[in-house]
This record gives sequence, structure tokens and C-alpha cells, in this order.
Amino acid sequence: MIDLQSGNGALWAIAAMTLVTIATRVGGYWLLGRFPLTPVLKRGLESLPAAIFAASIVPLALRAGPAGWVGVACVAVTMLITRREIWALAAGLVAAAAVRMLGF
Amino acid sequence: MRDDLKTDSTIPFNTTIPFTWPAVRKGVLASLAYVPGYLVFGAAVGTLAAQKGLSLGEAVLMSTIVCAAAAQMVALELWTSDWTLAHILAVAGVTAMVNARFILSGASLRPWLSPMRAGFVYPVLGVLTDGAWAASIRYHADGGRDFGFFFGSTVFLWLAWSLASVPGYLLGALVHDPKAYALDLIVPLMFTATVTPILARTGKYLAFVVAGGVAFAASVLLPGYWFIVIGALAGAAAGAFAPVRP
Repeated sequence: MIDLQSGNGALWAIAAMTLVTIATRVGGYWLLGRFPLTPVLKRGLESLPAAIFAASIVPLALRAGPAGWVGVACVAVTMLITRREIWALAAGLVAAAAVRMLGF
Repeated sequence: MRDDLKTDSTIPFNTTIPFTWPAVRKGVLASLAYVPGYLVFGAAVGTLAAQKGLSLGEAVLMSTIVCAAAAQMVALELWTSDWTLAHILAVAGVTAMVNARFILSGASLRPWLSPMRAGFVYPVLGVLTDGAWAASIRYHADGGRDFGFFFGSTVFLWLAWSLASVPGYLLGALVHDPKAYALDLIVPLMFTATVTPILARTGKYLAFVVAGGVAFAASVLLPGYWFIVIGALAGAAAGAFAPVRP
């Protein structure tokens, strides 16, 4: 039986977190191997990366206020011009920090 | 000329996608852009772990075998010194919720990686992080197919993340006011840098707009991190059922 009172509770919690996390990481990949790849499923999968990015970026940026969407816009424009992540990230951070400094 | 499409004698496995060292190196180099962000999150997680009474060993162990920044932070908020089974289930539950997006991330890699032997794919998938997924999807959108890229970026960022919590744990709060430097926005900013060329190349604007709109609405209406999964599924459905362009 699991002995939680002898100071091992944290380790059991970490073990539970690990099991759950690995299940999510391999689960989706595994599941797709069990279904035939129909044209509709294939188009959905091809759209999935862009959808995951959008579903992460848009709420986080909008809820952060002007600093969020100004930063995201600066990253996108810099990326289109330079095509280098590091410059785009720097531009976005500077722009967002500047907007915050101006008090928005 | 792209080195990832060359058939050469370094392909050691009988698969239809290559696994070469140049691609591993390329994956590591492409992932370097994510290291500053991982260090910032690592410092935050390390600081929180120290505050919650984890030993340095426990903190590094958690980062190494869980390796999911947001999930670790939320779970640490629930951390206790008086463990019960209910408490452990609660920690596992929030971890599952925050990490549910990985079900979709993993699924999105299937079309690329399925020719690869399962014994190679699953161990690497087990330590997948957002940065490695993003870099790999970008590589794939640019025409890359080499398993080495996925392997290199995933393993490298896993190791980087494992060690990233150490400075934060030892130094307390490395960054006193992350908001002043906009470091709380590093995830949306870095994701924007990654998705911009992907969008330009693949043209999945409909999926992007639908996913963003639905996710924002969900984030206003629902607690927690479900908005990522709900928005992503809506966007993928829009992409699946939209009329196919000629």
C-alpha cells in the first residue's frame, strides 16, 4: 500500500504527474494509428498545428491587453522581414515592455 | 540544397523517413531560440518549487520526468506537505487538464512520423515540449521529413528544461518583476514567431482565425486551460470541412 505519511508523498505526486503527462503526449499519436486516415481527417490534421498555435496565442495576447497584441504584431512583422526567430522575439519583448512602461 | 532530403549511407534504419545526424544537429540549432524562454520559465518553476518546500533533487526530478512548465506551475500551486490520495489525484487532474493540448500536438505529428518504428517515436514523444513541437512542425511545413530533427530538438530542449529549474531554485527569484520585461508574454510571442512562416507557407488562415476566435471566447467563459483544446479542435474542424481549394 502507498505510504503517504513517511515523506514520500511528494514523490508519489511527481510520479502521478509523470504518468498523466506521458499519457497525453503519446495518447493522441497512438490513437491516430487506430483510425483509417480519411480525407476529412487528413485535412483536419493538416490544419491542427495552425489551430493549436492560434488557440494559444490569441487568448493569451488579447487578455494581456495592449502590450500583448502590440508585442504579437511586432513579432509577426519582424518575422516576415527577417525570418529569424531571435530578432522577432527581441522586437516583441521590447515593444511589449515599452507599451507597459508607457502605462497602458 | 536541402540536406534533409539527401539519401545517404548514414540512414541506419529500414524506414521510409530518414534519421540522419545533420538533421539532429539542425534540430538542436533551431531549438536554441527557445532556450531563453525555457530559462525564464525554469527560473519561475524553480523558485516556486523552493517556496513549496521541495528539495533541489525533487525539483530537478519533476522537471526531468514531467517536463511541462505550465502544468508544473499549476500543480505546485496545489502542493502540500500533508499528502493524501485525494491531493495526489487533484495534482494529477490539473496536470492532465493543462497538458491536454499535447494529445493534439502528438496527433499532429502522426502524418510525418508514422513510417518511423514505434520503438523510436514513443520514447522521444514522451519528453515532447511545446518548443520542440513548434520547431518540428515548422521544419515539416518547410518540407523537412528527417526524424533526426524531431529527435534533436526534443531531446535537446528536454535536457535544457531539466536543468533550467536549478538556477531559479538556488537564487530564489532571478527576475523580480517579469512583467516589466514582458517575460510573462514569452509564450504567445515565441509561438507567433514560429507560426508566421508556417501560415505563410501552408495558408491555413481559416483554421487559424476560427481557432483563435473560439479559444478567446472559451477563455472568457471557462476557467483553466481548456480554451487551447477547444479552440484548436474548432480550428481543425473548420480546416477539415472547409471546401477544398483547387
